[in-house]
Amino acid sequence: MTGPTQADAVQADPAPAAPLLELTGIGKNYGHVLALRDVDLVVEAGAISCVLGDNGAGKSTLIKVVAGLHPHDAGSYRISGEEVRLSSPRQALDRGIATVYQDLAVVPLMPVWRNFFLGSELQRGRGATARLDVPAMRATAREALLRMGIDLRDVDQPIGTLSGGERQCTAIARAVHFGAKVLVLDEPTAALGVKQSGVVLKYVASARDQGLGVVLITHNPHHAHLVGDRFLLLKRGRTAGSHTRAEITLEQLTAEMAGGSELAELSHELRRAGVLRSLGERPPDPPGPPGRPA
Amino acid sequence: MTGPDLLAAGEDERLAPRSGVRRLMGRPELGALVGAAAVFLFFAVVTSTFITAGALGTVLYSASTIGIMAVPVALLMIGGEFDLSAGVLVTTAALASSMVSYQFTAVTWVGVAVSLLVTLGIGLFNGWVLTRTRLPSFIVTLGTFLMLTGANLGVTKLVDGTVATKSIADMQGYRSCAWLFAGSFTVGGLTVRATVWWWLGLVLAASWILLRTRFGNWIFAVGGDADAARAVGVPVGRTRIALYLGVGLCAWILGQHLLFSFDTVQSGEGVGNELIYIVAAVIGGCLITGGYGSAAGSALGAAIFGMTSKGIVYAQWDPDWFKFFLGAMLLLATLLNSWVRRRAERG
Repeated sequence: MTGPTQADAVQADPAPAAPLLELTGIGKNYGHVLALRDVDLVVEAGAISCVLGDNGAGKSTLIKVVAGLHPHDAGSYRISGEEVRLSSPRQALDRGIATVYQDLAVVPLMPVWRNFFLGSELQRGRGATARLDVPAMRATAREALLRMGIDLRDVDQPIGTLSGGERQCTAIARAVHFGAKVLVLDEPTAALGVKQSGVVLKYVASARDQGLGVVLITHNPHHAHLVGDRFLLLKRGRTAGSHTRAEITLEQLTAEMAGGSELAELSHELRRAGVLRSLGERPPDPPGPPGRPA
Repeated sequence: MTGPDLLAAGEDERLAPRSGVRRLMGRPELGALVGAAAVFLFFAVVTSTFITAGALGTVLYSASTIGIMAVPVALLMIGGEFDLSAGVLVTTAALASSMVSYQFTAVTWVGVAVSLLVTLGIGLFNGWVLTRTRLPSFIVTLGTFLMLTGANLGVTKLVDGTVATKSIADMQGYRSCAWLFAGSFTVGGLTVRATVWWWLGLVLAASWILLRTRFGNWIFAVGGDADAARAVGVPVGRTRIALYLGVGLCAWILGQHLLFSFDTVQSGEGVGNELIYIVAAVIGGCLITGGYGSAAGSALGAAIFGMTSKGIVYAQWDPDWFKFFLGAMLLLATLLNSWVRRRAERG
């Protein structure tokens, strides 16, 4: 017979390390608008947590809470087990949470290496002789980008001349280089073509392989399922589903995201329209020649 | 088609060899360089006196009186802002220096020091109002421009009874001040005024700041995309205020020059010069929307200004045509700049 004390001892084994980010029951109100209610999100080191949802589902609000732009109103937000309430992006950055917004990351006319180090420039000398360490910054930027697998033609070219995907990757590489532990990516593939999206996802996976925790916000279940380890579905500010990769297929994810029964209804309607058309049973054209009414 | 054998050479196969010409085309001051060379050649051919030491000294002096202010105005434009009060601020600097010296002490250095405080204070005011209210700099500095224009005349009339200040030529310190701000010396027939040295020093200092310091990086970033700059931790407001302080500093230098080369100041002067400074900066490759440009370019812009204004005289044309040429030059330079920039960004 095993006594309760023994069982406790077995369970009290070195507890698994707390996840990098753990949000439980998070709520956020804007005035009387409930933007987010009772949402849970876990981000572990070396794993990608995807947040999916349609426009207005609460993805941006969740990101703003995580990134420190808005403090949460309900629930708990833990970083590596420590309860926090962030009220500025700087606080999030200092705790290793770097957010890459879709377009708010780079100055188009500045060279890649200047953008890479903007706000955290390397300097030589002190006081009046302090000056930029240009060769070191150039070399480091190139190296950091290469480590992410980004082989840029020329770090001296204005970053605006890069493709959208390359720009996004540079912003990711910058966050990784400056010691981010958690990378929050806001719709990194939204404005990109199929091939470029693939490239960006590859770098997201590469950041994960370097041990970072990644929050990937997207409305594209295909992209999410390619790289995600966990999936959080938001709908009208609430959790509509929370799954690990093993639990869900792409079809299920897509179906769930489109709203299950709503999708079935839509496909039914489309099928009916298709059937009608194939039988030539379209509603007849209005009588008379298609001219201007008298 | 790109084969792996091309990669083996160690060069990136996507990077077409960039010739020196191509690199030069990426520089903001290329258009101004071509323009300056063209203007120089034109007047060298058309007039017989343009390439003489005497003419060169005059042209350099004329260019320096614009160039000293074109430097901070260019930096400000790279940072995405305007300063329409820059022209009359120079007059304010000269008036303040003269009146303080005359009314309160008999030592010119006191006036010079107080004048610096005044111009820096006005720069601080411009920058602070701009960052606090988030009004466009066009409006804020238009307001300062009108206020200063009125105050220059009003205060001078109140204090001196006329529109010009009294002479301070017999005061203690006048000679040393005059040497520093309005002196000149001759090397092999070429007379170089003090303003030319100030100008040269400012261009070098500004180029260093822009290209080799963290603050310079911030200037480009604030003008290029202020939101992105703020997001990565650049102090956007402080950067803008520092740029307006730079305008104040240079207006002080040029104001002291005006005072100590004529020993009295006409209080209505300076109106319209702010546009000439902006023209010099734009001809020098500054992008009107910010984030792009150079201090050396502004110097070339000022040089074009100096050569044209004096060249017309040497060619014995009606000087009224000067503004016409300046306007045409501005249009040409802007067109050339945008063309060059498009080429550079594509290649």
